Amino acid sequence: MSLALTAEERAIAAGSDGAAMAMRIVAESARLLGAPRLIPIASAHIDGALYHGDSGTLFAERLVELGATVAVRATLNVGALDLLGCSHVRLAEPKREMARRMMDAYRHLGCETSWTCAPYQAGHRPAQGSDVAWGESNAVVFCNSVLGARTNRYGDFLDIACAIVARAPDYGLHRAENRRATIVFDVSGLSQAFMQSETAWPVLGSLFGRSVGNGIGVIQGVKEHPGEDALKAFGAAAASSGAVGLFHIAGVTPEAANLEAALGGRSPEESIIVTPAMANDARGRLSTADRPDHIDAVAIGSPHLSLAEFAALERGIAGRHLSVPLYACTGRHVVAELDRDGRRKALESAGVVIVADTCVVVTPILSELVGGVLMTNSGKFAHYAPGNTGYDVIYGSLTDCVESAVAGRPVIADADT
Amino acid sequence: MRCDHRAQVLVAGSGGRGPALILTEPISFWGGVDPSNGNIVDVRHPQCGLSVAGRVLFLPGTIGSSSASAVLLELAHNGNAPAALVLHEPDAILLLGLIVAREMGWETPVALKLDRALFPAFADTLVKASRDGRLTW
Repeated sequence: MSLALTAEERAIAAGSDGAAMAMRIVAESARLLGAPRLIPIASAHIDGALYHGDSGTLFAERLVELGATVAVRATLNVGALDLLGCSHVRLAEPKREMARRMMDAYRHLGCETSWTCAPYQAGHRPAQGSDVAWGESNAVVFCNSVLGARTNRYGDFLDIACAIVARAPDYGLHRAENRRATIVFDVSGLSQAFMQSETAWPVLGSLFGRSVGNGIGVIQGVKEHPGEDALKAFGAAAASSGAVGLFHIAGVTPEAANLEAALGGRSPEESIIVTPAMANDARGRLSTADRPDHIDAVAIGSPHLSLAEFAALERGIAGRHLSVPLYACTGRHVVAELDRDGRRKALESAGVVIVADTCVVVTPILSELVGGVLMTNSGKFAHYAPGNTGYDVIYGSLTDCVESAVAGRPVIADADT
Repeated sequence: MRCDHRAQVLVAGSGGRGPALILTEPISFWGGVDPSNGNIVDVRHPQCGLSVAGRVLFLPGTIGSSSASAVLLELAHNGNAPAALVLHEPDAILLLGLIVAREMGWETPVALKLDRALFPAFADTLVKASRDGRLTW
C-alpha cells in the first residue's frame, strides 16, 4: 500500500521552510515503513538533542534557521552536558560548544527543557490509547507498555520532525492489531524470593529482550504489581538487549487484564518457560569483568532515578562515606526535590556524584581509566557501558552497589534465583 | 562476474564499491559503532574491531537504541559511511539517518533490501552496489 498524503500535507512538504523539511522527513519515513497515511499525534518526546557529532547540531540549527517550532507538547531526553553543573562533563572544545549549541537549538524549537530519559516520571504521561511520537528506547517501551499510549520507536530527527508537523506515520504500534502479544514469557517457575529481589526485573528484562527480539511478549506468572520503577528497569533492559517497543504483563499492564486479553484471544506462536538457570545465566551475562578485586566507580540511574530510588539509595548509604564515587543519574525534576530538603548536599558529602540532564554512558563523565571497572544495578548501563565508556562492568543489586562503593571492591550478596 | 543480484532500493543514494562486511549478528549502531570513524566497538559483537567505513555493509538485523540514525548521519557527514548498506529488512530508524543527510544536501550511500540467506555469497569479495539496486562481484 503506498502512502497517500492529504492536499494540506503535500502543500506543506512542497514549501521551503522548516515545516516543509519536517514534513518531507516524516513522509519519507512513512513511505519506508509502508504506512498508508499520516495520523495526528498528541505529544512527542525528543531523543535528538544528544550530541553524537556535528551533524545533529547542524540539522537542529537548520530547522531553527528555517523557522520551525513544535506544534505539540515535546519533552527533551538527555543532552550531552549537565546544564545544572551537578557533575563535571569532560567533553572538550570544540565538541562541548557543539553540544551546547544543539541543546540551545532544541530549546529554540519550543521543546520543554526536561532533559530526562524518564519523562513519564516528570509529568509527561499521555493518555491510554492516544497516539504520540516518542524517542529513546526506554521511554518508548514505558509509554507503550505501562501507560498504554501508542508510539513506535521514533529515532532522532523523526521525533522532532513529527513534533513540528504534529503527525506521525500510521504504522506499527499505532495500530491496535499490532499491539497483541504473540510470545508468552512464563516466569511462574521462578521463586517468589527471586521475583521480589532488587535485580529480578532488570535481569528478566535483559533475558526478555534477547528472547523476543522485536516481537511482542506477555509475561505470565507475576503475582503482584512490582511497582513503576521495576517496570522502568525491565523495559530499559529489554530495549537494550532486543528491539522491544512494547511488552505486556498479565494482570499488571493496561492492555493485559489477563493472558487471553494480551494475546488477543489467539494462541501464542511461542512460549518461553523461564527457568532459574536461565535467569542466573542472564544475570551472569550482564557482567563483563571476571571477578575483579576492586571497582573504580558505581553508576546507577539508567533510566534516570526517581525520588523513591533516591530514598532507597539514602537508606543504603545510611550515613557512611563511600570510598569510590557513586554516580547517580537523574533529571532536574528530581534534583529540584532533593535540593528542597537539603538531601542533595548530604548525598554529595557521602561521596555521591549527582548527574543531571545527562548520564554517564552518553557523555564522558567517568574518569579516563584503562581497565576501569564499573559496578551498576542497571541492565541498560551494563549493556552500554563497555562500548561507550571502555569500563568493564560488574552487575549487582542497589544494595550490592552501595556496599561495594563503601568497600571499594565488589561485595555481592547471594544471587541465587 | 560470479554473482549478480537485483535488490530492492530502500533509500536512494550513490552507488558504491567496497569490500563486503557481513555482520553475523544484529547490531545496535548507537553504542555499537563509533560515529567518529565507523569502528564496531560493541565488545559482545562478533565483528567488534572491524570498521564499517567504505565497506558494503550487510546487516542481518538491527537492535537497540533509537539513536542509530544519528550515528549513520554523522558517518555520512564525516565521510565514514559504508559504501552501501544491504539490509535483510528495512529499519526505518537507521535509514532515517540517510533521509536526513539527503535533506542536508550531503552525499549518501544507497540502501538496499536483500534476504540474509543470500549474504554468504558475498563473503570476502569486493562488492559493487549500483544506485538501481544491482549487487555484483
